[in-house]
Amino acid sequence: MKHLRQLEDQSVYILREAYKHFDNLAMLWSMGKDSTVLLWLARKAFFGHVPFPLLHVDTSYKIPAMIEYRDRLAREWHLNLVVGQNKEALAAGMNHTLGRVTCCTALKTNGLKQLLEQKGYTGVILGVRADEEGTRAKERYFSPRDKHGDWDFRDQPPELWDQFKTTFPPGTHIRIHPLLDWTEINIWEYIKLENIPFIDLYLDKGDGTRYRSLGCAPCTMPIQSKAKNVDDIIEELRHTTVAERSGRAQDEGRGMELLRKDGYM
Amino acid sequence: MTSAPTKPSEHLNIVIVGHVDHGKSTLLGRLYADTGSLPDGKLEKVQAICRQQGKEFEYAFLFDAFLEEQEQGITIDTARTFFIWKGRQYIIIDAPGHKEFLKNMISGAARAEAALLLIDALEGVKEQSKKHGYLLSLLGVRQFAVVVNKMDLVGYRQDVFDGIEKEYREFLSQFGATPETVIPVSAKLGDNIANRSQAMAWYQGPTVLETLSLFKKETARTEQALRFPIQDVYKFDARRIITGRITAGRLKIGDHLVFSPSNKRANIRSVEAFNIEPAPTGAEAGQSVGITLDEQIFVERGEVATHQDELPLVSTAFRANLFWLGRRPLEKGRTYLLRVATKEVDCEVAAIHRIIDTMQLDQQQDSTSVARNQVAELTLRTKAPVAFDLSSSFESTGRFVLVDDYDISGGGIVTEMVHDDQELLREEARRRDFAWVKGEVGNEARAQQYGHRAAIVLVTGGRHAGKSFLAKKLEARLVADGRHAYLLDGENLRRGLDADLSSAERNHTTEMARRYGEVARLLIDTGLIVVSTTNPFGMGYTEAVQAIRTLVHPAPVIAVHMSKTPEEVPPDTDIVLAGPTDFDDSTERIVDELKRRGVLAHAIGAKPTFQYSI
Repeated sequence: MKHLRQLEDQSVYILREAYKHFDNLAMLWSMGKDSTVLLWLARKAFFGHVPFPLLHVDTSYKIPAMIEYRDRLAREWHLNLVVGQNKEALAAGMNHTLGRVTCCTALKTNGLKQLLEQKGYTGVILGVRADEEGTRAKERYFSPRDKHGDWDFRDQPPELWDQFKTTFPPGTHIRIHPLLDWTEINIWEYIKLENIPFIDLYLDKGDGTRYRSLGCAPCTMPIQSKAKNVDDIIEELRHTTVAERSGRAQDEGRGMELLRKDGYM
Repeated sequence: MTSAPTKPSEHLNIVIVGHVDHGKSTLLGRLYADTGSLPDGKLEKVQAICRQQGKEFEYAFLFDAFLEEQEQGITIDTARTFFIWKGRQYIIIDAPGHKEFLKNMISGAARAEAALLLIDALEGVKEQSKKHGYLLSLLGVRQFAVVVNKMDLVGYRQDVFDGIEKEYREFLSQFGATPETVIPVSAKLGDNIANRSQAMAWYQGPTVLETLSLFKKETARTEQALRFPIQDVYKFDARRIITGRITAGRLKIGDHLVFSPSNKRANIRSVEAFNIEPAPTGAEAGQSVGITLDEQIFVERGEVATHQDELPLVSTAFRANLFWLGRRPLEKGRTYLLRVATKEVDCEVAAIHRIIDTMQLDQQQDSTSVARNQVAELTLRTKAPVAFDLSSSFESTGRFVLVDDYDISGGGIVTEMVHDDQELLREEARRRDFAWVKGEVGNEARAQQYGHRAAIVLVTGGRHAGKSFLAKKLEARLVADGRHAYLLDGENLRRGLDADLSSAERNHTTEMARRYGEVARLLIDTGLIVVSTTNPFGMGYTEAVQAIRTLVHPAPVIAVHMSKTPEEVPPDTDIVLAGPTDFDDSTERIVDELKRRGVLAHAIGAKPTFQYSI
């Protein structure tokens, strides 16, 4: 619990730094466990308020329950929800059968880039964790992206103590990662500690399966699990040797590295 | 050896530093393998791949393999890895990447609580080994162990190890660093990593794994004096919440806080929190908190709240040790953005005393620039007073970064305060503010009664610019509007209050400035708007404005500059009047500025409202 509070203090500090330094700030919310914890931390940091818009890049292939959950919380928590969609690609018939990396690039990466460009956000907060997969482990808390949304992970700004990169040339933006130090177990422990309302797709509702990571319906598979509540999930994670995103098709091979270099979240 | 994945009760951030190829990945691989932290079958699988490819298995491959095969187990990457041993989770921050090595090493080490510093037994103590040792010390990583690796390549000889230990300890002692221990190991063969080495029976000290468990979780910061740098002030509703992270000590409801450098003071009314029942009554180092105060004082990001008996230093100059990572060299005389805790202020590199050659720490060198990856001793001079501490007393308020262009390009620690010319005045103001006997009537009560807050309007400029004329006109206008204003003419003080000063003392203007400040402060305390010019001072107007600001601090100073010719305007001037011909218009502009700054309320009488709080 002490460790969770330390993680919370650091994330809150980062959120407040972001809010102080960026006039045009937004936070990505995918309704998954991580970005929902991030949303909760924002309410902590700003004493019940969320003083920036929440962006959802809607691929149109999301599991319907996620959209219901999104709209319910947005109402109850008075969120400023901004939904973006790559309508052009969808109109042209983009879907996962055309290739997963292709589909993710078009509907998520490009959908996000379009949204950022339209709204001119200079700071974007994301719920990325270092332990999710290799390229995310190399991230900084404040990570600059160039005009094309590209990430130069070979030459990243130094982060000293609590001093982060907050100034940047025009036309570029910064991705802010307040959850970098959290692990998957930490997320669930914190959901339990704070009693955060999460989407029940993460629980086994009787058929012996549950989602461990949420994404688009065609590319996200449930895992075999009998976890019926948060305690069960935490217990299961303590003993698993299966990767969190094993149910996510786009991670196969070097998929994620290629996607993220181009600006994928 | 295996350890069941139990719930860790503690977490410790460790960084492994050392020259490229001195065996960081091998040490890491060995630690994971020998503590049973690898996923099932991982070791066997990588060994099989090696056999298949006809190459000798190395523990470093475990991590290379992780990169390629991320479907296996918990993701382990060379940037940050986790393993649990005896109830403690170790978060190991590695610093890969040859090209940007030092930058990554510094970013990694800056967030570590302890370090393992690798030295290759065959190569001995190299420049990099020294640089890393020095930087760990500079970064404030006080707990570290030296691991002398590849002992198998020197025949496990004690004399080789002893020689390296002696040389390195002597080097470290020059800047007061002491390793917890120095351990001879072979990461490749597993000597003294998790298991005691048979080949080095002469070594009686702890293994690497035992050393890790000897590292202590830092808790001392909560026992220090309070340091609470303000991060932001929120007004989402009726509350005015001052937020920030407590970097040392504790605070609780009712505590009397002093904000530096403004010297404003108030008591803590509440500690604010979201979703915590019952609401907290206090907080301690490490926590990101929000507090409200019992008085409406205007404080802003960059100020440091403390208790009155343990104030931070305040100056416009300090001496520091700095490492430079910038793309272009740091240059003497150039301006950079300085960031100390949450304070951001422009600063100038006033002097570069020496470049510290990490091979020979005592080497002196005259220089006007510091190249990338060099360490230097220098003096920085800031545009405005900053609250800070010596890094030997307080970690977080004793260190800083410099921003060049858009990039954080250097970091350093404050080693010494440099006394500046405002110091006497600042001390005077601080002492006076704390000792000042207060009546029952607060500033806010006076403001509500008068329809304005106290402030000083200071007109600066060269001779015959019309300063006195404008000051008189403004006083008349304010009084005609029903405000309480008074023209404080320095000439009056010169004839009266300063009559006891000898002509020598009159030339030494500090005392005259001090007396002027004392009178101005007294008038401000009565709630008046003081209108004045810088005429009476022998000092230049830029210095005079600075002195008056220091002395009447924290009362707002509205600076108006008049000139007939283009000339340099004092910093933070609010209104610049170039060759004013229309004094009515100039007066109007000042009145508008007073409204904008929240000095003048919008209505006088029953219930004045202020547009902005100050």
